[in-house]
Amino acid sequence: MIRIISLAVGAFFTLALLLAFGTGAVNYISEPPAPSAEKVFHEHPKEAKFASDGPFGHFDEAQLQRGFAVYQNVCAACHSISQVAYRDLEKLGYNEAEVKAIAAKATINAKDPLSGEMKDRPGLPADKFPPVVYAGAGHPPDLSLITKARHGGAAYVYSLLTGYTEQPAELIKRFPDAKLKPDSGLHYNPYFANLNIAMTPPLASDDLVTYSDGTKATKDQMAKDVAAFLVWTAEPNLEKRHQVGFVWVLFMLFATVLGYMSYRNIWADKKGH
Amino acid sequence: MSFPWANEYKPSHPLMVWMDEKLPLPRLVYNAVGGGYEVPRNLNYFWNFGFLAGLCLVMQIVTGIVLAMHYGGDTRVAFNSTEHIMRDVNWGWLMRYAHANGASAFFVVIYLHIFRGFFYSSYKAPREMIWLIGVVIFLLMMATAFMGYVLPWGQMSYWGAQVITGLFSAIPLVGDAFREWLLGGFAPDNATLNRFFSLHFLLPFVILGVVILHVWALHIPGSSNPTGVEVKSESDTVPFYPYYIGKDGWTVALFMVLFGIAVFFMPNALGHPDNYVPANPMQTPAHIVPEWYFWPFYAILRAFTVDFLIVPAKLMGVLAMFSAILVWFFLPWLDRSPVRSGSYRPLYRKFFWFGLVPAMAVLFYCGGAPAEEPFVMLSQLASLYYFAHFLIIVPIVSSIERPDPLPFSITEAVLGADDKASLGGQG
Amino acid sequence: MAQEASIDTPAGQDGEGVRRRDFINIAAVSAAGIGAVAVVYPLISQMAPSADVLAESSTEVDISAVQPGQAIKSIFRKQPVFIRNLTTVEIEEANKVDVSGLRDPQTLKERTKEGHENWLITMGVCTHLGCIPLGPFDGGTVVGEFGGYFCPCHGSHYDTAARIRKGPAPKNLHVPEYEFTSDTVVTIG
Repeated sequence: MIRIISLAVGAFFTLALLLAFGTGAVNYISEPPAPSAEKVFHEHPKEAKFASDGPFGHFDEAQLQRGFAVYQNVCAACHSISQVAYRDLEKLGYNEAEVKAIAAKATINAKDPLSGEMKDRPGLPADKFPPVVYAGAGHPPDLSLITKARHGGAAYVYSLLTGYTEQPAELIKRFPDAKLKPDSGLHYNPYFANLNIAMTPPLASDDLVTYSDGTKATKDQMAKDVAAFLVWTAEPNLEKRHQVGFVWVLFMLFATVLGYMSYRNIWADKKGH
Repeated sequence: MSFPWANEYKPSHPLMVWMDEKLPLPRLVYNAVGGGYEVPRNLNYFWNFGFLAGLCLVMQIVTGIVLAMHYGGDTRVAFNSTEHIMRDVNWGWLMRYAHANGASAFFVVIYLHIFRGFFYSSYKAPREMIWLIGVVIFLLMMATAFMGYVLPWGQMSYWGAQVITGLFSAIPLVGDAFREWLLGGFAPDNATLNRFFSLHFLLPFVILGVVILHVWALHIPGSSNPTGVEVKSESDTVPFYPYYIGKDGWTVALFMVLFGIAVFFMPNALGHPDNYVPANPMQTPAHIVPEWYFWPFYAILRAFTVDFLIVPAKLMGVLAMFSAILVWFFLPWLDRSPVRSGSYRPLYRKFFWFGLVPAMAVLFYCGGAPAEEPFVMLSQLASLYYFAHFLIIVPIVSSIERPDPLPFSITEAVLGADDKASLGGQG
Repeated sequence: MAQEASIDTPAGQDGEGVRRRDFINIAAVSAAGIGAVAVVYPLISQMAPSADVLAESSTEVDISAVQPGQAIKSIFRKQPVFIRNLTTVEIEEANKVDVSGLRDPQTLKERTKEGHENWLITMGVCTHLGCIPLGPFDGGTVVGEFGGYFCPCHGSHYDTAARIRKGPAPKNLHVPEYEFTSDTVVTIG
């Protein structure tokens, strides 16, 4: 009895799937899915190397400081990094006094602990970076976690910042509707998911910042540095994670070998093992 | 029950004797996972996943309790408290990555454990109850994992909750009311997050209880084995301690190596980047996918694209998705073959390796892919095979198949001179 | 497999082999123990104060606006701290007291920093049961019978060195660690 029911239920599902498959296949042949502009012209992030890549990945303090300078001078006008606290900057190699000075430049709206009112006061190292009020259209995302929140991570950020171009002639030829109107406020960037990004090219010229370590602030250098900085904001414990990881994995490999030898010992008197 | 030749617990220290009279807990442990539990001597490495699954459960409970000490179950703070754990709590990043990847590890282990059951027909009499309880554990795990994924309140958390609870609105008549009851609102919000947190904390302990039943049920007939031949004599078995403790022990260490590589060096490989974006009810991500362990069932859900008879496509998909797991409950009665092990079932074995395994692989792949062609058509074919396998092929094959000759006993299978039945791993 | 050759030999007769085997088993169990301890460490450590809490473990207070005879409340480690600029009269009163007769004998000098004896910096937590005592804050006039602070919960009176003089409190108001980073800024903690 159960097998008759089983066959009936099986027939029910398989026939439904056959029908669905048939309908899909007919549609697929009669109307093959048209490629969209995003499908054809979207590009994967460029190859870019960062100190934080791979199992030996670590942070390059000088680069993080440069990236922080780019963030502050260029990005911070529109983008917040609200998960990061000023005190965290000590890990970039700034000393206590420098961190205090950086924090003091910010205005923090916080509850006064004595009166309980919301008041503006200068920032303290314990504060997080404040939210950024953006007056224009659109919603510039918070950048704290951006390298973890996008496929491709740091390479994506770097590619996006250096990827602005004119719309290719071929794109306009194949997809005439995709031509950007001058007043759309959008910019063509093949690394952005839908190809058209509202952000104006932020690193439009060299020397937007002056690096204190003397590195030449080319567009490419600034893009790379800020991408490296945003790896740090997203994953400040990366170095420690890698270090602890090596100790753990090596110790456990050792334990595996010992455990295996012990297992062979225990089973030595049972043939076939 | 145990075999008559099993070692008996004999406490020597007076304190242990006293304990044995008052509360024979050491005796229980001894008979459950100690020298008192006799196990077939020929188990291969596919039998290690039960022990590993238990380890994963303990690991999830421990790291989960730690995370709950720092997490805030409120839509205004959930995302930030998760980041607080990652950044400021001592070793918080380790706890969270271990918990997130621990869920994945748990499912890897469980899928292997279940497929061991499929190949060796571990569900057959006298072990039906173990199997039924196991399917219940799997269902509970899926519910727990789903609710846990909602807790960080990222984009995928929110939209996952939206889509999965949306499945219930497919139920005729009461669907919408049921969904609103489930969510405590019209869309996922604070009420949803709070109840999911509460249930996500509760369910692992329910799972633990059901696992105890699973192990209890296992100890009545004793473990199955790769030949499928029942234990006949003392030479067929070895005591769990030290033999299988030793074997499970070293594989635990190996598991920890692999788990360590995932947690410390690629902790986000199995996660979705969108969950590092705070939940935004006004903006749907381009491509909603659940966590990888739901992909086969998600692919089945999406495979039903047309109405069938009087059943609308949406309801059909939901029915199929739940049925895909519910059919497992009936396996002990659908598979009538007198032989258990796939090693002695030439026809069944072919369907297993060349049918079920590739179909599952395709379903895994398509469930994670975008809902577009050719992935939909592929998942339709794979789902078709999936249902045909359990509901049509298994019952028919088990009636018409001529099994290979079985070894007389486990001992013969292990010690026999022309021993083709010693099934890998132990060689 | 070296062991296979000696299958029929009872393990006990092969003395050398047994010792090696025992050693490996002991080593394997020890490794498991070390691994378990390694896992327990972060599980315990996670309950200690987190980095954001520790970041607030010291507080800087600008005291330039506090006139003699006045006191301000500030916050230190989520608890009130009293900063009081003592008048010469209050200092004299505090110094007149015979220390040996006090419940918690301490001189004003021991409770202030050298060169800044007029700055009395104490926690604003009554040592009885943790209430916040009253004092000359924002023009407040309730200072208790000894001119310092008065805790209204159970009537503890503190003098101008914030020492307990009357009432149930067992100890003087606690003096936290602090230092003057300049003449007008004090860093507590």
